Amino acid sequence: MTDLPPDLLRGLTMSRVSRRRMRQLGGLTALGAGLSACSIPGSKGSGSNLGGQEWRDQIGKFWARQTKQGKLNFENWPLYMDVGKTNTDHPSLDLFTKQTGIDVSYKEDIKENDTFYGTNVAPLLRNGQSTGFDLMVITNGTYLTDLLIRDWLIPLDQSRMSNFYANASDLVKDPSYDRGNVYTMAWQSGITGIGYDVSRVGHEITSWNDLLDEKLSGKIGMFADTQDLPNSALCAIGANPESSTPADWKKAKDWLEKQRPLVRKYYDQGYIDKLVKGDLYASMAWSGDVFSRQSDNPNLRFVVPEEGAPIWTDNMCIPVHAQHPLDAMIYMDYVYQPKIAAMLCDYIWYITPVTAVKQIFEKYVQEGTSPKYYTSLATSPLIFPKSSDFARLHRYRVLSADEQDTWNAMFEPVYQS
Amino acid sequence: MSARAWRVRLTPYAMILPGWLWLAIFFVVPTVSMLSVSTMTGDDLNGFKQTWHFSTYSDAWSQYHTPIVRSLEYGLIATAICLVIGYPVAYWIAVRGGRYKSTLLFLLLLPFFVSFVIRTQSWEFMLDDHGMVLGVLRTFHLIGPLHFLHILPSDGQILQTSTAVIGGLVYNFLPFTVLPIYVALERIEPALLEAAGDLYANKVAAFRKVTLPLSLPGVFAAVLLTFVPVSSDFVNATILGGKGQTMVGNIIQTQYFTNLNFPMAASLSFILMGILLVGIFLYARVLGTEDALEMAAA
Repeated sequence: MTDLPPDLLRGLTMSRVSRRRMRQLGGLTALGAGLSACSIPGSKGSGSNLGGQEWRDQIGKFWARQTKQGKLNFENWPLYMDVGKTNTDHPSLDLFTKQTGIDVSYKEDIKENDTFYGTNVAPLLRNGQSTGFDLMVITNGTYLTDLLIRDWLIPLDQSRMSNFYANASDLVKDPSYDRGNVYTMAWQSGITGIGYDVSRVGHEITSWNDLLDEKLSGKIGMFADTQDLPNSALCAIGANPESSTPADWKKAKDWLEKQRPLVRKYYDQGYIDKLVKGDLYASMAWSGDVFSRQSDNPNLRFVVPEEGAPIWTDNMCIPVHAQHPLDAMIYMDYVYQPKIAAMLCDYIWYITPVTAVKQIFEKYVQEGTSPKYYTSLATSPLIFPKSSDFARLHRYRVLSADEQDTWNAMFEPVYQS
Repeated sequence: MSARAWRVRLTPYAMILPGWLWLAIFFVVPTVSMLSVSTMTGDDLNGFKQTWHFSTYSDAWSQYHTPIVRSLEYGLIATAICLVIGYPVAYWIAVRGGRYKSTLLFLLLLPFFVSFVIRTQSWEFMLDDHGMVLGVLRTFHLIGPLHFLHILPSDGQILQTSTAVIGGLVYNFLPFTVLPIYVALERIEPALLEAAGDLYANKVAAFRKVTLPLSLPGVFAAVLLTFVPVSSDFVNATILGGKGQTMVGNIIQTQYFTNLNFPMAASLSFILMGILLVGIFLYARVLGTEDALEMAAA
């Protein structure tokens, strides 16, 4: 048994449905935000507009009051945690409990940013109630920005982030969406690029414009969202999404409209199975999905198009009214130990926030532990992007509320009309 | 009037009070509050205020009339197919079911024990380009003829076509068609058919003159129970549809959850509701009878 490569073993012993795939079944929750009859109060935060030092003192006082409760409610995305013998057995969490005495109630109930935020977070926090989670994982972008604007996240205790500051990669330290890591620490990151089946396409894909090829008509998949789709299109027209202007957006929309007749469907998450089976030849794709399904279809490739591509980060954060904030804080720093990050990365296959994981995998190779498998992990640009890759990777455009309306009105009709 | 007389007079009202309360709390209040939301302006961050902004309705219509019309179209086609399939099924169970009637009805309802999202998702697996359905069609060289009939595109793909979405809708809502028709057919007194026979009606004539008219209230109810939920469905379009099959339910969901544009979502809901109510009212005036309405209410 031990001779088999772990990825194969894993493929044999458990379903390799990607976590993004799992989200497809989300989005069906009943419409349920509480609406009052005469007006709906806004939820803009009062603003942490105290002076810098005063504010820091306040945070300091808040954390000084907190004690370890021995309990942590952790809400995450499906298949985003290492698993042991069974799918409910998570070695890195067990180790955490053993080391700290904190019991973790771990749930993978987040299927989509928008429904999760729209049903499980926003309505409760708007009414001043606890979400029931101490720790949740939110992608940078609209919803994280929303949480920040509304003051719905507890600022982190910077004195308990020693592992983070020692080991976090440049990508996730001081990110543009949360300067100084005041509110968040990264869980994992990923790239939105193009996944394709090289045997069906017939050649390597290098550019977003390869997705305008008439020969691929009806076999192209794109995403149905207002983050990855527009930001990728902005890359496609040669703009940098982060600094793009409404004029660029218009061009990006035209690019998408031009492509629309060739597109089979704008997918939420189901694209990866279609790519594996061959219903799609090429599709927008998330890096980790493609990498984890190469064992099912060896012809599958992932490319960061030459024009550039969006890179996103899923972030751990503590919502206000959390019951066990200190326990959450301890956990967040715990996963930044290279050893723990390696346990997670070994299963998750997205971009790990701890670069030292690479050395650990290389050590496994030298020790002769599944050398082929760990070499493939350690050399994968999808797990450890090279610095030359980073030059082409862009964060999502940060949008003000007004810009968001214009943006949505422009891009939503592409996939929904 | 004596206290006793008052009590007698008020008792019936008191007895329907729970029904009224139920309606008020779970229907009237939410409907009125959504109606009020639909004319508000603002955004989620700063709050929404009542400004009687009725042009949200015209904006909603001009922006989204295509998916609205498409939803009604799918609703009509799916309901018609449901009737064609459902009537014989209901007839067979009611007339030929015999002692297996309850078993057959149970079988009809059996799929409901599995979430319809899961069932629709299973159809997605079966219908995909390398799935079993297209495999069988290819083996028997049926793709060409089906394309000729405009049911399938030439490349022999089922998913992401209107055929797939309408098929999914028919599959999911068929029991809603069968059950009311079954109830109506079941109520028909067999003696009436015997009488028709005594009057020299053959089987076809008896069906046409007796069974069919008496089952119409059931058909009426079936159409209501099928058409309304089908037109507002969004699951089938999400799972089986593609870029050209968006239904109004999908739009409402996006407006509500992704854009947090509650007024737009509410006004789209009311536009749909308005169209459905007008349609149903006309339909009831043209085809319905008091029996039919009673049947629908039952």
